[in-house]
Amino acid sequence: MSEIITTNEVRHLVQGGIDSWEIIIGLEIHAQVVSNSKLFSGSSTSFGSNPMSQVSLVDAAMPGMLPVINEECVRQAVKTGLGLQAKINNTSVFDRKNYFYPDLPQGYQISQFKYPIVGEGEVAVDFKDKESIVVNIERLHLEQDAGKSIHDLSQDYSYIDLNRSGVALMEIVTKPDLRSAEEAKAFVTKLRTILRYLGTCDGNMEQGSLRADVNVSVRKPGDALGIRCEIKNVNSIRFIGQAIDYEAGRQIDILEEGGIINQETRLFDSATGKTRAMRSKEEAHDYRYFPDPDLLPLYLSDDFIKQVAIELPELPDQKKARFINDYGLTSYDASILVADRVSSEFFEGVAKGRDIKLVVNWITGELFASLNRLNLDIANSPITIESLGQLIDLISDKTLSGRLAKDVFEIMLDTKEMPKKIVEEKGLSQITDMASIEVVVDKVILENPDKVAELLEKPKLIGWFVGQIMKETAGKANPANVNKILRDKLKLG
Amino acid sequence: MSIDEKIVKKIATLSRITVSENEITKLSSELNSIIKWVEQLNEIDTTDVVPMTSNVNNTLHLRKDVISDGNIVDDILSNAPMTEDGFFLVPKVIE
Amino acid sequence: MIDIKNLNLKQIRDGLQNKSFKAIELIETYLNEIDKAKALNAFITVTPDKAISMAKESDNRISKNESRNLEGIPLSIKDLYCTKNVRTTAGSKILKNFIPTYESTITNNLWSDGCVMLGKLNNDEFAMGSSNETSYFGPSINPWKRKNDDMPLVPGGSSGGSAVAVSGSLSAATTATDTGGSIRQPASFTGTVGMKATYGRCSRWGVVAFASSLDQAGPITKTVVDSAIMLKSMAGYDVKDSTSIDLSVPDYETNINKNIKGKRIGIPGEYKIKGLDADIEKNWEDGISWLKSEGAEIIDISLPHTKYALPAYYIIAPAEASSNLARYDGVRYGERVHRKDLDEMYSDSRSDGFGEEVRRRILMGTYVLSAGYYDAYYLKAQKTRKLISNDFDNAFNTVDAIMTPTTPTTAFNIGKKFDDPVTMYLNDMLTVPVNMAGLPAISIPSGLDKDGLPMGLQLIGKRFGEDDLFSIGSVIEDCRGTFSNPAQWWIEK
Repeated sequence: MSEIITTNEVRHLVQGGIDSWEIIIGLEIHAQVVSNSKLFSGSSTSFGSNPMSQVSLVDAAMPGMLPVINEECVRQAVKTGLGLQAKINNTSVFDRKNYFYPDLPQGYQISQFKYPIVGEGEVAVDFKDKESIVVNIERLHLEQDAGKSIHDLSQDYSYIDLNRSGVALMEIVTKPDLRSAEEAKAFVTKLRTILRYLGTCDGNMEQGSLRADVNVSVRKPGDALGIRCEIKNVNSIRFIGQAIDYEAGRQIDILEEGGIINQETRLFDSATGKTRAMRSKEEAHDYRYFPDPDLLPLYLSDDFIKQVAIELPELPDQKKARFINDYGLTSYDASILVADRVSSEFFEGVAKGRDIKLVVNWITGELFASLNRLNLDIANSPITIESLGQLIDLISDKTLSGRLAKDVFEIMLDTKEMPKKIVEEKGLSQITDMASIEVVVDKVILENPDKVAELLEKPKLIGWFVGQIMKETAGKANPANVNKILRDKLKLG
Repeated sequence: MSIDEKIVKKIATLSRITVSENEITKLSSELNSIIKWVEQLNEIDTTDVVPMTSNVNNTLHLRKDVISDGNIVDDILSNAPMTEDGFFLVPKVIE
Repeated sequence: MIDIKNLNLKQIRDGLQNKSFKAIELIETYLNEIDKAKALNAFITVTPDKAISMAKESDNRISKNESRNLEGIPLSIKDLYCTKNVRTTAGSKILKNFIPTYESTITNNLWSDGCVMLGKLNNDEFAMGSSNETSYFGPSINPWKRKNDDMPLVPGGSSGGSAVAVSGSLSAATTATDTGGSIRQPASFTGTVGMKATYGRCSRWGVVAFASSLDQAGPITKTVVDSAIMLKSMAGYDVKDSTSIDLSVPDYETNINKNIKGKRIGIPGEYKIKGLDADIEKNWEDGISWLKSEGAEIIDISLPHTKYALPAYYIIAPAEASSNLARYDGVRYGERVHRKDLDEMYSDSRSDGFGEEVRRRILMGTYVLSAGYYDAYYLKAQKTRKLISNDFDNAFNTVDAIMTPTTPTTAFNIGKKFDDPVTMYLNDMLTVPVNMAGLPAISIPSGLDKDGLPMGLQLIGKRFGEDDLFSIGSVIEDCRGTFSNPAQWWIEK
C-alpha cells in the first residue's frame, strides 16, 4: 500500500504491555453489483436459488466459451465511482488473475489490474463525539465473483456450486488511512450507505453481497509502516471491529516480545473472536496478470460519464447538509435520518407541512425502535408516510395526547390501519373540553377528602389526583387541561 | 535468465502439472533452449513502442442487462466426473 | 459410384442442385471411402448415423426446392470445434470422452446452410504442433508420398486431419483453425487450399481456445472457389465473441475477379530465409512470373522484423495457452485422476491428460508470465508484435497483397526426431507473422517438388482483404494448372 499522505497526526493509540501503538488499517471491500445478470454472462444473479441453476456454459468455463461484458455493471461501477468523488477512467483494461481453486472454473478470474475503471476518490466519515475524517480511496475495479464451496457436507469431498461464479463485484480499495476498529466500522457503514443510496449494491453482508478484506499492521507513532496481515472475507461490521482489535493485539504481543510479524493471509473465526493463519500452502501469490485476450479495452466517453452523473441521486452528505439547512435538524438527528435513503425519504414525506420536532422524535424514537423490535426495515414498515403523518396531525390538533398517540401507534403497527379510523372505532380521542374534565375532577375531589387535606401540605400529591382523573377517563383526558382545572379548583395557584 | 530445476518445480506447481524427477532435467534443458532462442528479441529496441494485446482495433461491445442464460443444470453437469444433487464434488479442501 | 475423387465442392453443390446425384448417395460414398481410409487416421470420430439423417433431410429439401446455400455438402470438422452431442476431443486424452451440449457458431452456420457432417478430424493436441504428431489419437498421415518411397510423411499441423480429408477426398471440404500457420502449413504439405481469415472475421465461440489473440478459423478445400464458398458460410459477426467484428460478409464467390491487371504484389526479401528448399525458392519465382504475366505489378518490399515474429509468437502463444488450458482440471468435465488431495488431483489429472508438447508449452507460458519475467518476455513480445504489425501496415501502403512461400520445406517424415523443440517450431517461420498481425492469408498449391511432393504459395492480404486473396489465388491456380490426386495407397482391401 502507498505511503500515507493525509494523516500524520495520531488519532488513536492502543496500550500494549510495554508501549503505546498505532494501528494502521486498509480495507479492500468487495461489493456485489446490483444487476439482473452476471458481469460477463447472461445468467441471473439472484440469491438463494437451487444449486447450478444460475450457471451458463460461460460461467462453467466449458471449452470454447467467451466473455461478453454487461453494460449495466459498467454503469453501476461508474455511478459508484462518482459517489466516491472519484476519477472515472475513460479507458480501462480487463486482466486475467490466474490461480487454481474449484470455485474458479476458468482457472483465472477476470479482474482489472493495471488500469481500473475508477481511480482515486474519498469518503467523509462523521462521528458522534469526535472529529470527522476523510478516508482516501485508492481505486475501484470490476471483477468476477467466484462460486461457492461447501466443505462440511462430507468427510472426503467439498461441494461446489457455481451460481455465484461470474457475478459482478466492485472491489473498492482504501488507502491505509484508518486508525481504529471504530473508524473502520464507521467507514464501512458509511460506504454501505452510499452504495445503497446509489442502488449499486444492496449491502447485505449476511448474504455476502458486501464483504471486506482487512489489512492490519501496527507501529509505534512516528515509525515506518509495520508488516501487515490480511484478514480475508469478513462479512459483518461487528466482526470487522473484533478482527481488527484481536489482530492488533496479536501483533503487538509478538512485537513486544521481540518477534517479527509474518506477512500472511488470515481468517477471522467469529466463534472465538480470533484470527488464524490460512492453512493452504501459499506458493506466494503469483497471479501472472495479463490483459485478457478475449476482451478489448473498455472505453467510456466523457458524454457517457456525464450522463451517469446527471442521473445520480442526492448522496448522504448532500442530503445531510440540506436537512440541517432546510429543516433545522441537529447534525446528530440528520445523520440518523440520512443513514438510509428510504428513511430519509420517509422523513421528508412526513415532514411536509408538519412540526419538524415531532416528526423527528416520532421517526427516530417510536418508529425506529418498533421496526428494530419487529426485525423489519423501513422499506417494509407497517406504518407508512401517510399513516404516520396523519397520527402527527392528530397530535398537533390535540385530538390525541402524546400518550394516547403511542397507544394508537401500537395498534397501527399491528393492523396497518390509518390512525383516524382507529381513533373513531375505539373512541380514543382525547377529552379536551373543560366541562367534561371538570365533572370528573369534581368527582375525584369529592370522593377523596382525605387526600385533598394531605394535598394542602404536600403539593406534589397533585400527581396522584391527575393519575386518578386519567384512570377515570381511561387516559383520554388531556393532562395539561386536567392540571389546570385541578389547580383552579383546589386553589393551588 | 536460465531455468534451473528449482524454477521448473516452481512453475510446475503454479501450473498444476506433475513433473517427475527424471523429467525435470529434460524439461529444464528444453525450456532453456526455448528461452535462449526467444531472447533474441532483446536485439530490438522497443523503448517507445505500445504493446499490442489485440488484433482488433475496436472497443468492447456492451451487452444489455437481461437474463438470457442459465437454468441448464443437466447440460452443466453432463460431462462431470463426480456430482451430487447439482453440486460438483472435488477432494476435500481444508481452509 | 460418384467419382468423389475428382469432384470439388462447387461441382458437388451444382451436382446436387442439378439432381445429378442425391445427397444420400453422395454421403454413402464418402462414408465408404472414409471406412477404407483408416490408415490415414484422419478421423477421430466418424458420425455415419448423423450424416445419413442429415443427407436425407437435404434430399427432402432439394426435392421440394427448399435448398439452403450449401444443401447436402459433406463436410468434416476439425476436432477443436464443439459439435453438439458429438464427441469433441481437441486431439487430447483429457477430453477423450467430452460431449458438448452446444454447437460452435461456425459449425452452426454450416449446418444452417444445409451441410452434412461426416465426422471430427484429427489434429495436434489443443492445436499445438506442426505435424499432427502430438495428437493423443496418433498422427494423421499425408496422402502424398515421395516418388518411389514408402516412408509415411506428416500432413502438417495442427490441422493435419483437415488437410488429409480434403487431399484424400474423404470430404468435400473441412474446417480448420490457424494460430501460427495451422491451416496454411498442412494445406501446403498436402496440395490443398488453406485459408485463414482476418482475425475477428469468424467467431471463436465454441472453438477450443489455444491462443485467443491469434486463433482464427478457416476452411481447407480443393480449390480457391471452394474456399470462397466455405468462408462465406463460416464467417460473420457473433455477439457472443467480444473479439468478433461487426462487418457484413461479402459474397466471396461472386467477387472473385481474375483480372488482376495493375494489382501490386509485394515480395518481402526477409522471407528468402536460409533454410528455404531450392525447389520452393524456384516455385516462388514461378509464382512471380505467373502473376507478372497476368498483368500484376511486382514490388520488392521489406518487412524488417520478420525474423522476430517466431520467437515473439513462442512467448505469446504459450502464455495465453497456459491460461486458456487452466480450465482443464478434472472438476467439471474431462478426465479426472482421483486423488484424496485436491492439488494432487489437479496435477495428476493434467499431467496424465495432457501430452508432452502441451505440458511443455503450459510450463513455458507460466514461466514467461510469472513475477519478475513478465516485462522481459511477455511485454517485450507484445511490443515486437506491434512492430511486426507496423511493418505490414507500411507495406500495404504500396501493395495490395504479399506473396511468399508457405513453408520452408515440403512434408517431412513421420517420427523425424528433432534435436530440440525449436527446430520443429521453425516450420512456422513463414506463416506466424500473419497471425501476429491478425491478417488474412491463403495457401495455394503451386507445384510439386523434385520428389513429387506438394508446395504452396502464400498470399497475405490487408485486414478484411479476403476478396483480393481469392482473386489472385485463382490466378495462381489457373497458371499452375491442375495436379493429379495422390495415389491411393491407403485403401483397405
